[in-house]
Amino acid sequence: MTEAALPRRQPFAMRFPSVMVFLAILALFTVGVTILSEGFGIGVISTSFVKTLGKTLCLCLVALAMDLVWGYCGILSLGHMAFFGLGGYAIGMWLMYARTEIIVLESLAAAPLPPTPEEVTNGIATQIFGVVGASEFPPIWAFAHSLPLQLAAVVIVPGLLALVFGWLAFRSRVTGVYLSILTQAMTLALSLHLFQNDSGLRGNNGLSGLQNLPGLSDVPQSIVSMWFFWGSALALALGYLLCTWVVSGKFGSVIRAIRDDEARVRFLGYPVEAFKLVIFTLTAVIAGIAGALYYPQAGIINPAEIAPIASIYLAVWVAIGGRGRLYGAVIGAAFVSLLSTWFTGGQAPDINLGFYTISWVDWWTVLLGLSFVAVTLFAPKGIGGLVDILIDRKSPNRHGADLGPDQGALREQEADK
Amino acid sequence: MLRIAALLSVCLMLAAPSSAQQADAPIQQLIQSQSELILKSSRRTIGPAIDALANSGLPEAQVVLDKWQTREMWVNEESGLFVYAEEIDRDTLRIFDFADGSEIGVVSDDGFDQIKPNSGIRGLIGTALVQFQLSDPNPETRQRALDAIERGAEESHLAALRGSLAAETDETILARKERLERLLTIAYGATNEERIEAIQSFDGDLGVDVRAALNPLLAVRVEAAGTLPEADDIGRVLKPGTDALSRDEAYELLVRADLAKPRISIEAQRTALIENISDGQVAGIQVATLDSQSARDMAYAALADQGTVTPVATEAEVDERLASHVFYERYIGAPPEVVVAAQLALKSIENKVALNQTFDLSLDALSLASIYFLAAIGLAITFGVMGVINMAHGEFIMMGAYTGYVVQLFIPDYTLSILVAIPLAFAVTFGAGVAMERLVIRWLYHRPLETLLATFGISIALQQIAKNIFGTQARPLTAPGWLDGSLVINDIVSISYIRIAIFVLALLFLALFLFVMNRTRLGLEVRAVTQNPRMAASMGINPDKINMLTFGFGSGVAGIAGVAIGLYAKVTSEMGSDYIVQSFMTVVVGGVGNIWGTLLGATMVGFLQKGIEWFNPSNTLAAQTYMILFIILFIQFRPKGIIALKGRAAEA
Amino acid sequence: MSTLLEVSGVSVSFDGFKAINNLSFQIADAELRAVIGPNGAGKTTFMDIITGKTKPDEGRVMYGDKGESLLKMSASKIAQAGVGRKFQRPTVFEDQSVFDNLMMALKKTRGPLAVLFFKPSQEDVDKVTDLAEQIGLSGALHRKSGELSHGQKQWLEIGMLLAQDPRLLLVDEPAAGMTPAEREHTTDILREAAKTRAVVVVEHDMEFVRRLNCKVTVLHEGSVLAEGSLDHVTKNEQVIEVYLGR
Repeated sequence: MTEAALPRRQPFAMRFPSVMVFLAILALFTVGVTILSEGFGIGVISTSFVKTLGKTLCLCLVALAMDLVWGYCGILSLGHMAFFGLGGYAIGMWLMYARTEIIVLESLAAAPLPPTPEEVTNGIATQIFGVVGASEFPPIWAFAHSLPLQLAAVVIVPGLLALVFGWLAFRSRVTGVYLSILTQAMTLALSLHLFQNDSGLRGNNGLSGLQNLPGLSDVPQSIVSMWFFWGSALALALGYLLCTWVVSGKFGSVIRAIRDDEARVRFLGYPVEAFKLVIFTLTAVIAGIAGALYYPQAGIINPAEIAPIASIYLAVWVAIGGRGRLYGAVIGAAFVSLLSTWFTGGQAPDINLGFYTISWVDWWTVLLGLSFVAVTLFAPKGIGGLVDILIDRKSPNRHGADLGPDQGALREQEADK
Repeated sequence: MLRIAALLSVCLMLAAPSSAQQADAPIQQLIQSQSELILKSSRRTIGPAIDALANSGLPEAQVVLDKWQTREMWVNEESGLFVYAEEIDRDTLRIFDFADGSEIGVVSDDGFDQIKPNSGIRGLIGTALVQFQLSDPNPETRQRALDAIERGAEESHLAALRGSLAAETDETILARKERLERLLTIAYGATNEERIEAIQSFDGDLGVDVRAALNPLLAVRVEAAGTLPEADDIGRVLKPGTDALSRDEAYELLVRADLAKPRISIEAQRTALIENISDGQVAGIQVATLDSQSARDMAYAALADQGTVTPVATEAEVDERLASHVFYERYIGAPPEVVVAAQLALKSIENKVALNQTFDLSLDALSLASIYFLAAIGLAITFGVMGVINMAHGEFIMMGAYTGYVVQLFIPDYTLSILVAIPLAFAVTFGAGVAMERLVIRWLYHRPLETLLATFGISIALQQIAKNIFGTQARPLTAPGWLDGSLVINDIVSISYIRIAIFVLALLFLALFLFVMNRTRLGLEVRAVTQNPRMAASMGINPDKINMLTFGFGSGVAGIAGVAIGLYAKVTSEMGSDYIVQSFMTVVVGGVGNIWGTLLGATMVGFLQKGIEWFNPSNTLAAQTYMILFIILFIQFRPKGIIALKGRAAEA
Repeated sequence: MSTLLEVSGVSVSFDGFKAINNLSFQIADAELRAVIGPNGAGKTTFMDIITGKTKPDEGRVMYGDKGESLLKMSASKIAQAGVGRKFQRPTVFEDQSVFDNLMMALKKTRGPLAVLFFKPSQEDVDKVTDLAEQIGLSGALHRKSGELSHGQKQWLEIGMLLAQDPRLLLVDEPAAGMTPAEREHTTDILREAAKTRAVVVVEHDMEFVRRLNCKVTVLHEGSVLAEGSLDHVTKNEQVIEVYLGR
């Protein structure tokens, strides 16, 4: 009866074999892509596909963040792609500024007089903002000249926004679907704001030419793409370790408890709002970093990327992959986004029904939407559920019962008496 | 036949004019005195000729101006006499004498030149003609004359108008004339008293014409002087470097008045420096060091010292000059007393305009609120009453709108097609709603987040399907003709009939909702099922059926709303997503589970959006952004909406 | 024995219905108290008020040695101040192991950063093991709590409350749905707990209350109807009328 075996003091790797498996697969994948790449290997994989793979790794990272906030903490945020986009904008500002500065300096170098700082600044501003009819730097570009400051912005801007928004939302006890709608509204407001020409971020033109690294114009894209690919892989690995660490200990215990029964956790004495805020902000920062790695590979960022639908797709990936488990989020993001690229890229063969030809470019979204419904209805564990079947893991079947004390408390037991 | 005709015309040509022209008639004399100007026919110089004719007091002058304006005046090349003529055919004219209107004869046009005034001159003639037309027996002509005065008033019109007042018999035209007379008095009245009286008579008048007449009186010219002159016509004193007068403008003013040295633009300075480069130096300064503005200023000053370029003011001098002068506005539109009266009148008018604009804005806001209410009422049923969150609600709105569009493809009569489209849209979306409830929603009751996700999936799929069927461009849903146009209350307040129709529809929906929920068996059963499904089931109500019907009803209402919104906005596959967030906001802000809350929420959201748009009218995107931010903050203070349920019911 | 909790003149109403009506109640340190009353007597609302879930319309709730008001504190602050509550229905975190449930409840700093960098010491592990033994769940320490039987869940929840080391323990219908043997064990746990802290038990079942052998407070229509030993209150005319008369 008294058996107090304590499997707690094992090394990290032993306690979480899935982490080791994941890191091994990721390392193998990275090495494989490197060998097959154009830049460093035998050139089987084209540079554009390396970029696609690198972007996919970034999407996996933001999916990890989404899984942490939704799968573990129960906050269905429809704003994490907004944080992702903000990270992209932050790094994009520096990329665009620094590259334009080089171009402007080159063109001014030919002039008989050496340029004054004002001339250089005006030249850059005209180049960047001519497209929206402005020729002066808006205040938010004050730090665009400095890489360290913009890198700090990658973390600070999404983090601060999440902190302020989360503080407001959580302290007024907005939960569940209300919170989802509120985050969606925040995302919508942000994208509408960025769509304006006077937002200071070039309106719907967005920031472009981000694939060209300033000062490294001699380095071919096949090399640069590999650098970003490695960076993305490293970020994903670190992100995975961080997330595992966060969810493994008592903190993970508490946030999962918050997901299952917020009120109960409050009666245990935990400041639930503070926990949610930490998770919300932390994941926003991860999303921002993922975005900062993604957009230099994509080359362009515009406000459409921040629209609420993007965050909804993020939720779709995590749900299809299987929420509440980190590798599920990664599998979902990689699987769905690569499949999506394949279908919308026109590579999937069209199906001729005789009277109508199903063109996947048009019908892929329909299929995705419906399969999402199907996953929600029939496979709430997503693709990750297959792993459970493989390793024959059982979890208690609660028959869909409510976990909280508020709904239908104890009626069956009372009736039994 | 042709030969005879030709012969005849030759005879006619040879025939002398049947009656002699009165070359010495006063009117012909008058024209002759101006003939040089008339023949030159230039807009810039023609003025005196027209004035001479118009002010001659000769009754025939009107005919002359009339014919001149309509290009019927000709001049005899030989005698230089003016006549007017009808063209019989390409070569032949029937000419008339200005003096008494008698026919002179039929002649070949070889000897005559047509006077062809350009449009500018014709306009001037028209203005001159006005005084004659004002007393014309034909009321339409009089109206046209008044139109002409409104378009381009002149000092001379004032006397003409006054002269024609006494004889005016038509009531409406008299009223118009009197109003115009007062407007012209404001501009051209002989004495200040007269003008002030006219100004005061327009106190609080909303007409655009009044403001157009008053504004020029307040015209100002910015001047600069060492000290502020003591005079009545001095308006505001301006500080350089403010919005009213920028530093550059102020200094430019001083330069133009020769009160200061000119400045040089950065580009011109650069050009001047480049022109004076010699041996890699400018005035002895290495070119390479000229990489800052202060270094360039120094180099330019050095050049100026050498006398190579003209000296310019330094920034310090600019500041000194600006500081030693005072800048003020001088009223140049009217004498000071008139200006004061005009300011007072404009102020009272502006107050009234503001009031009316507020009213107009309220009407706008009300119609926007109706649209939000229409979009949200279906949600108020599915989300508010059943607690089911349906993210595809916006797509049901879209389905309703497309149903209307398809109906219009088959039924060209717009009134009939709308009458068919409304029940059909209800039927289509009711069916879609029931199907969705049966297939998806009912498996997910009490799992709100998963319902949210599944309905998102449906929303994505429906949107793409609509895109595949109808394409990406907007489809028209045309309102019946009797809904075109708008109800105009005055120059400022107006509301289109279609908005009134939407408002009425919103009220109907509210009534329908209240009736169904409070007065019918279905409503009773719905309330029973949502409050306690097990108890309801034990009382013989089939919760499955009720849930299905309620969801169908909510979806059907969304379909009808779609038709209404389609009439007002564009029909696209993405129109649903334009409304979904606002609709949820409306329901949440109002308070979930209470139709009056939804009404209040829609009103608040509508008024708020219009209010924000009023601050920044050009930018509806910004208005939406700020509105959403406001709602996020609002939820801080009333997390359960305007009308919050209290106690145990709220936790259910 | 000093007074630990003093509720005086508390009223609360929902949409006009007075759930609690001018209720006054006291409990001392290390006291076991049973609260009984028919359905709708306001027992659960009474607990809601103490734990900060419901704010009363009027009245005072004083707690602790310094007599702090609980009305101004948030639910989590009240819990941190030493008020533990067990709900009617067992609410344990079913997705997590018994060990994790107990570890979460263990009295420790509750801030997010402290929790993030928390590492259980051997002492903590021992404490959890002791608790598990006390509630009879030693063998199930690493099972998911969702797999436990209903009675075991109730014990686990009481164990979690004890882990919090509260000074005041509010227990709502602990014996519901238990077998007689399980009930007996539950009584033991509660009596043991009441030796070091105040315990308030809300219960329907008179047999269970009798076994607790403590002072009883009878609630009716939101206020105290009678107070004393079980024998004393069961002889009270009004109490008999309330329980049997309707």
